[in-house]
Amino acid sequence: MAEILQAMTALGAHGPARVAVGPLSITERVDLALASVAERRGRGADLVGAASPAGLPLPGPARYQAGTPFGTFWVAPGMWFAEAPFASHEWIADQLRAALGDAASITEQTDAWVIFDLVVVGEGVGLASLLERLCNVDFPAAPDGFATRTVMDHLGIYLIRQGAGAARIYGPRSSAQSLLHALEAAARAVW
Amino acid sequence: MTQSNRISGGQIDRGQTLRFTFDGQGFTGHPGDTLASALLANGVRLMGRSFKYHRPRGPLTAGSEEPNALVELRSGARREPNTRATVAELFDGLEATSQNRWPSLRFDAMAVNDRLSSFFAAGFYYKTFMWPRSFWEKLYEPIIRRAAGLGSVSREEDPDLYDKGFLHCDLLVIGAGPAGLMAALTAGRAGARVILADEDFRMGGRLNAETFTIGQVAGADWAAGVVTELATMPNVRLMPRTTVIGAFDHGIHGAVERLGDHLAEPAAGKPRQILWRIYARRSVLAGGATERPIAFENNDRPGIMLAGAMRAYANRWAVTAGQRVAVFTNNDDGLRTAADLRAKGVDLVEVIDSRKGDMIVDSRGRLGLKSVTVQDSKGQRRDITVDALAVSGGWNPNVNLYSHHRARPVWDDTIVAFVPGADGPPGLTVAGAAAGVLSTHGALRTGRDAAIAALGLTGAAPDLPEAEDATPRITPLWHVPQGKGRAWIDQQNDVTVKDVKLAAQENFISVEHLKRYTTLGMATDQGKTGNVLGLAVMAELTGRSIPQTGTTIYRPPYTPVAMGTLAGRSRGAEFKPVRMTPSHHWAREQCAVFVEVGNWLRTQWVPKDGETEWRQSVDREVLATRRSVGICDVTTLGKIDIQGTDAGAFLDRVYANTFSTLKVGKCRYGLMLREDGLVYDDGTTARLAEHEYVMTTTTANAVGVFRHLEFCRQCLWPDMDVQLISTTEAWAQFSVAGPNARNLLEKIVDQDISDAAFPYMGAGNVTVCGGLRARLFRISFSGELAFEIAVPTRYGDALLREMLARGAEYDPVVYGTEALGVMRVEKGHVAGGELNGQSTALNMGLGKMVSQKKDSIGRVLSTREGLTDPEGYRLVGVRPVDPAARLTAGSHFLDIGAAAVAANDAGWLTSKVYSPHIGSDIALGYLKAGAGRIGQRMRAVNLLAGQDTEVEIVSPHFFDPEGERLRG
Repeated sequence: MAEILQAMTALGAHGPARVAVGPLSITERVDLALASVAERRGRGADLVGAASPAGLPLPGPARYQAGTPFGTFWVAPGMWFAEAPFASHEWIADQLRAALGDAASITEQTDAWVIFDLVVVGEGVGLASLLERLCNVDFPAAPDGFATRTVMDHLGIYLIRQGAGAARIYGPRSSAQSLLHALEAAARAVW
Repeated sequence: MTQSNRISGGQIDRGQTLRFTFDGQGFTGHPGDTLASALLANGVRLMGRSFKYHRPRGPLTAGSEEPNALVELRSGARREPNTRATVAELFDGLEATSQNRWPSLRFDAMAVNDRLSSFFAAGFYYKTFMWPRSFWEKLYEPIIRRAAGLGSVSREEDPDLYDKGFLHCDLLVIGAGPAGLMAALTAGRAGARVILADEDFRMGGRLNAETFTIGQVAGADWAAGVVTELATMPNVRLMPRTTVIGAFDHGIHGAVERLGDHLAEPAAGKPRQILWRIYARRSVLAGGATERPIAFENNDRPGIMLAGAMRAYANRWAVTAGQRVAVFTNNDDGLRTAADLRAKGVDLVEVIDSRKGDMIVDSRGRLGLKSVTVQDSKGQRRDITVDALAVSGGWNPNVNLYSHHRARPVWDDTIVAFVPGADGPPGLTVAGAAAGVLSTHGALRTGRDAAIAALGLTGAAPDLPEAEDATPRITPLWHVPQGKGRAWIDQQNDVTVKDVKLAAQENFISVEHLKRYTTLGMATDQGKTGNVLGLAVMAELTGRSIPQTGTTIYRPPYTPVAMGTLAGRSRGAEFKPVRMTPSHHWAREQCAVFVEVGNWLRTQWVPKDGETEWRQSVDREVLATRRSVGICDVTTLGKIDIQGTDAGAFLDRVYANTFSTLKVGKCRYGLMLREDGLVYDDGTTARLAEHEYVMTTTTANAVGVFRHLEFCRQCLWPDMDVQLISTTEAWAQFSVAGPNARNLLEKIVDQDISDAAFPYMGAGNVTVCGGLRARLFRISFSGELAFEIAVPTRYGDALLREMLARGAEYDPVVYGTEALGVMRVEKGHVAGGELNGQSTALNMGLGKMVSQKKDSIGRVLSTREGLTDPEGYRLVGVRPVDPAARLTAGSHFLDIGAAAVAANDAGWLTSKVYSPHIGSDIALGYLKAGAGRIGQRMRAVNLLAGQDTEVEIVSPHFFDPEGERLRG
């Protein structure tokens, strides 16, 4: 669909932010659509039955699972966040509703969050030394695909570990600037 | 000045010379020195003045327990008072200044206090400065505070950065002496994740200060070897310069890492210190022991120091404390100092061993020790000329962290000290000297065993190297009974044996009373050298045993922590994160004035050219909105998506009014009560589908209401099929209000929004600008024909610009929270001032909204007698009789002629604005029996503002009371 109104990123720009500090790169992701999927009471089996054909994984607690088209992470008992490419899934809530019927409650979350991908290049460097200044997650001990709710700079965020040197952060969109500042400041303190 | 007291050996780098100043005078030292060791090397013994009597003092110790050698380090904004010279790591260019003296350290005018000491005994202030009462705060206390004190702060903003962080480990080892090193080595080799933290910049603890061998090598070399091995282990994190300051719940420990204190200033962008929260599955406290002095007359002169410290200065720092040295001890450890000094070629004049009946009964030397008086077992006295005296009264295990959960240490007669008992923090074990095991072999053994036990290790553990295993031999001597003068117990607080006697005499015999009465154990050193001595003296005086006398409570932090470290990054503009609305960038372009609402920055008003005063902008925004159309960003209101087959029934329970009957495509104003029947929050809730509602909350309570609903869903009614999620940030929402609101929106919204198609209180999904998904609500806070339109947040900025552009013919105005407030008061809508947590629906004139046809949270308790008084507070409108008169929110209602006293108080003004329509201030208020007083005249009295204004009580609906405009 041609853009009807010009989108503005959470940081007030018209394109995603990219910041590099030492070996760390912070990349804002504006190309992901997001929705919550909450199991209706007693409809777990129906949801599981509908999710698989829809390409919607339903991982267990504290896990992210990639799928096509949906990558999903667990956020609460019976509740997941599903992400998919924005270009094909701007209407992600309607698309999920169509796939899952009334087995789940779907809520669009795309613009509730700002997404930052953190990547550290260089062997053995990893993200642990940065994240230990930001949140109380035991990142080195967590497996890849670990997904958790935590707090950075007083802000509730989701953190997904994609590797020893890679993580995705979902933070509250209205505080995107504060969150990015906290990430940058911590990175400058480390590197 | 040359380093005249520097001797051979030591762990300093003589290849480099560091320059530093003390009170402006230049000195040199070497890497590895502390400020104290470097000053002593240069023959400087006098480093400070005491707290109360301004007595000349030098270092008593060589560690963090130091009570005397407190200095101001650095200058300008980085000046830090009360820095212990004994732990300040020397760097090139270090500037230190003595404190608590005037005009100079050598000549301190306030030393007159020492001459007047009999007036300054414990409790003196409280007994003396009793009259007149008002003088205490205004006169006596300021004078006393000026005379007695520690360093002074810079009064400038701290230029350094401070970080906070979080670490996780299987085993936290606190202290890197022989016990800690062995515990870390055992756990590290077994593959456990280990953190080894030590407050010193050089790990090794007492091994660096002693001449013992471990196995075939010097203890310090053995320590260095272990540290080297640990450094190669990826599972071990070595944290020198890190003080574990507290043991908290669930294995959480606080630790301060000093990254920049040994540098002239921290590297750019790097923190000076980090406050770590360490999550440890298990911990080993290997924090060593602190030596204590023996109290005798004039035992506080510069040159008199603890024997272990003097040994440390000689062995680690290659410094002798003097040219002629004596040792006074009640235990074998003191004899080690004599042996080590002699081996270093220092002139050891005499060892006075109290166990043989010899005592030191006095000393002389105004600014530093010149001689001591010895009394032998036969009572014969003689003076010996010495410039340094080493004193050992025994060693106190550092039980502080063990006791942070209020565990009481137990008394051990064999080492004559308190040792940890069995009730310390769960998961924490104590090893080495901290556990009362004072030999090197014992430290190695208990360190290893503690790690094995803590982690349940079963494999091979490191062999124990050979090390000294002497049994401590001590005969207690707390204070020398001879002598009439003052014998110091707590040198930092100038507490003497006499003060303890006075406390005992006046029945302050509990240790807690003793502490408060005499100040024993207070201030920066928290009595690390003096506490046990003080309570032992109290025990002697009261005929009780020391364990019967007990200890005071040990609390974090273990050593002082800079305020900046506790604040971390949360200061100044970074005190808290900011939330920006979707229109923030547009508003910034317009030079809008923002107001903080929680973390949100909301537009307060948007000044136009030529407007010099805020009221001009706000009046214009109000008038323009009511005349044509205004737009306000209302994204900050909480939005909660409520779905599920029981969503309607759920809302019926959390709202006082009914929502299950609301038709799809409609919205309704809802009132939410607390359990106690008072109003919690309000807002509109729309039904978007059979099983889907979206609730709005006030900005302030957005998080609280969401939490409340989650509590209801998860805990009160887990059987209901309800799913909740916040969507506050997902949608950019704008109120479009005014007679031309529909005309403007018709240019934006793709669907028919005529009154017939989209009537008052309609709600639903629409598209805008040719297909963008949006939500539309026909609700009004302003009393105007109004809509709220929402689009995905990323399009909010563009939507606002599009509305202003497409609706230009209607001359739309963007209004801020001030105009919003004016219009809602004109309309009589309640907001923060009325939703004050003390008010009922009845108070607000909304009593009928509490449905009695169903049960809901707060319904029953809202009917309590006290809340249903017909004469109780009711919401009223208020106008000044004289339109030019000013009203102030918070003013109280009084009858005409009534005295302005609480008994006549009839209520108060909750919100006040200036109404450009009415042409005067108007206000809302809670007035007793207010509904029956419409039309009456009263007074609004504000004694603080000096206002007493005659007002007319009117309906709270100042504007369009019939609501014709909003239904238009």
